[in-house]
Amino acid sequence: MIYFDNSATTKPAPAVVDTYAKVSANYWGNPSSLHNFGEQAFNLLEQSRQQIADLVGASLSEILFTSGGTEGDNWAIKGTAMKKREFGNHLITTEVEHPAVHNSMEQLKQLGFEVTYLPVDENGRVSAADLRAAIRPSTILVSTMAINNEIGAVQPLAEIADVLRDFPKIHWHIDAVQGIGKGLFKQIFNDRVDFVTFSGHKFHAPRGIGFMYKRQGRMIAPLMAGGGQERDLRSGTENLPAIAAMAKAMRLLLEDEEAKVKQQREIRLAILQHVEKFSNVTIFSKDLPVFAPHILCFAIAGVRGETIVHAFEQHDIYISTTSACSSKKHVESSTLQVMKIDDGLATSAVRISLDEHNTMAEAEKFNQVFDELYTEFAKLS
Amino acid sequence: MKYSEIMVRYGELSTKGKNKKDFIKQLGHNVRKALQQFDDVEVKAQHDRLHVTLNGADSAAVMDRLGGVFGIENFSPSVKVEKDIDAIKATALAMVKEIFKPGMTFKINTRRQDKAFEYDTNHLNDLLGGYILENVPGIQVKMKKPDLTLRVEVRMNGVFLSGQTIQGAGGLPVGTGGKAVMMLSGGIDSPVASYYAMRRGVKLDMVHFFSPPYTSEQALAKAKELTARMAGYSGGIQFIQVPFTKIQETIKEQVPEGYLMTIQRRLMLRLTAAIAEMRHAKGIFNGESLGQVASQTLESMMAINDVTTMPILRPLLSMDKTEIIKVAEDIDTYDLSILPYEDCCTIFTPPAPKTRPDLEKSRKYEKYIDVEGLMKEALDGITITDIRPNDKFLNQNEDVFAELL
Repeated sequence: MIYFDNSATTKPAPAVVDTYAKVSANYWGNPSSLHNFGEQAFNLLEQSRQQIADLVGASLSEILFTSGGTEGDNWAIKGTAMKKREFGNHLITTEVEHPAVHNSMEQLKQLGFEVTYLPVDENGRVSAADLRAAIRPSTILVSTMAINNEIGAVQPLAEIADVLRDFPKIHWHIDAVQGIGKGLFKQIFNDRVDFVTFSGHKFHAPRGIGFMYKRQGRMIAPLMAGGGQERDLRSGTENLPAIAAMAKAMRLLLEDEEAKVKQQREIRLAILQHVEKFSNVTIFSKDLPVFAPHILCFAIAGVRGETIVHAFEQHDIYISTTSACSSKKHVESSTLQVMKIDDGLATSAVRISLDEHNTMAEAEKFNQVFDELYTEFAKLS
Repeated sequence: MKYSEIMVRYGELSTKGKNKKDFIKQLGHNVRKALQQFDDVEVKAQHDRLHVTLNGADSAAVMDRLGGVFGIENFSPSVKVEKDIDAIKATALAMVKEIFKPGMTFKINTRRQDKAFEYDTNHLNDLLGGYILENVPGIQVKMKKPDLTLRVEVRMNGVFLSGQTIQGAGGLPVGTGGKAVMMLSGGIDSPVASYYAMRRGVKLDMVHFFSPPYTSEQALAKAKELTARMAGYSGGIQFIQVPFTKIQETIKEQVPEGYLMTIQRRLMLRLTAAIAEMRHAKGIFNGESLGQVASQTLESMMAINDVTTMPILRPLLSMDKTEIIKVAEDIDTYDLSILPYEDCCTIFTPPAPKTRPDLEKSRKYEKYIDVEGLMKEALDGITITDIRPNDKFLNQNEDVFAELL
């Protein structure tokens, strides 16, 4: 099996599953319990938190556990809206966000908040000038993704940071669900960002766990009210096995990050350079530094993305139409739509997304199968 | 930038006349202790400066440690280069480029110890300043309060350049101010008071009252862990745990409720004073702040202080709680202090303690119990633990967990 759909989800690492099992079996006490058994669970929880804090260069109190990327996005946005309502009702985001961001914004719109969606250029990126122009005295939040999940565009985070340095009161949230282990931490954890959200299952941890970085001193309202876990900000008994497993997955992911990123970049390039030779192929995530090392999005004109996915599946190769979340809804990619790609071409788009375990041999196999399928597709059209 | 040494400037002690030698010796000793974990580092405490030669050790980690040593005014990471003008220029430029941000101003500040060096101070200032102006677009010279001062020291053994001065912890080297005992409960205040005591050069032993089963092992572990944090400032602290259960139970039985707290405090102070005398300490520190709780009113202090003539020092006396919390956060003890374990002060607190206890009544009620016998028993039961910086007590499974993670 060749698995090229790592932006949808990743394979839980065996060592991570092992940690999950051991913690479930041995440290199932409630971290809030007073007795020594609960205390052990508490210590493991905090040690996991410390490890994650160290890996991102944050302090212990800046790491808060969530159930994943969707909760993190909802929380950063709605939590800011609730907390800072009296200071303004204007939110800014981009037109290419994940639905977890987009639909949270839409919900807030119904409650009377105003939302500006920043347009993107031909590479799916926003501009700092557009951001600056969109900021109003009533702006309370800017939410931008680090890496677009559909085409892999890396947003100009350093330039956004420059703009927002002039507006220190605005909360800045980065959805970094696709941005971990891809050599981008320096850009993401810049000196201006306030909230960064992550999802465990995108980096070989189990489902149902994620975390938020919250800059010290920034205020946010909890969405989960209850027993006061996570510093009174996110109630619910902590999912300790998944938290410990995520801490481990993150440590493993970031070991030799540079070499792993280089390898993914080379594999991506090998496929890109192969498929772009075909006349019906359009590459959306071009060979430019503004694209992430692990995502390649392209279309074969005249062939539906769905058809391409199933054809590869026959060869035990797993790729995706542009986003797993919308792929079953038969809608064309929203990012491509925003980029004003012709609807026909957009429905022909597919996405390859790599992880650090993919090999060049897999890329060669993919290219070989691509040649066969391309010839077959050509007969159809 | 790969630094070769950290140059440390002394604080107040530079002005201390004939004690100066002792101070420098003590600071050298404390710095060596703080840097124990770095095998190759050499520490030389000279009359005007202290030099930490890194020999390849991680400069950021070493500076992190130095930041917690009292008696240091500030320090500068420096690079040693050969006495060759091209090498000096190249390093000076690299250093400025590393720190430079658009709009910054700079100046060169040269000191020349080696008078035989071919360039004199002014000439060096000119040469290096000119070279940097030429090669760093947009930088400007400013003599008064520049953003960046590049210090150049021509010594006998080489030329040392530094572009940063980092604030030290200030105060006096721990050990130059004698020895005292600290009453450490585990709350927010006592670690902060310990910090201030140590900052004035006092070496502390920690006294902690332990009342199982009314207080938990966790509360004890927390007090020890706090001590380990404080040990970062002094290199090692003795932790004296005093069994207090029997005394508390007896007081609860024998003494009228309004005076429970006052008599308990008197006994704690008696025990602390006895321990201080045994250990040749010259005073007792605590974390009391005037009016904060019933035991910290002026009347209470008088009724409690009555049991000893040893000086009782209260560094937090006039501080507000919010100020104390701010310092606790700065010295990284707040998170530990607020862990919700019962300590011996909270358990036997009566619902309505006397905020204005009467001295004569306090003396009278104390006579209801066998003070001498109970004290002897408690003192026979003390346990002493040597605590080093970074020792762990709260999370005994750290290594097991590290395997899992």
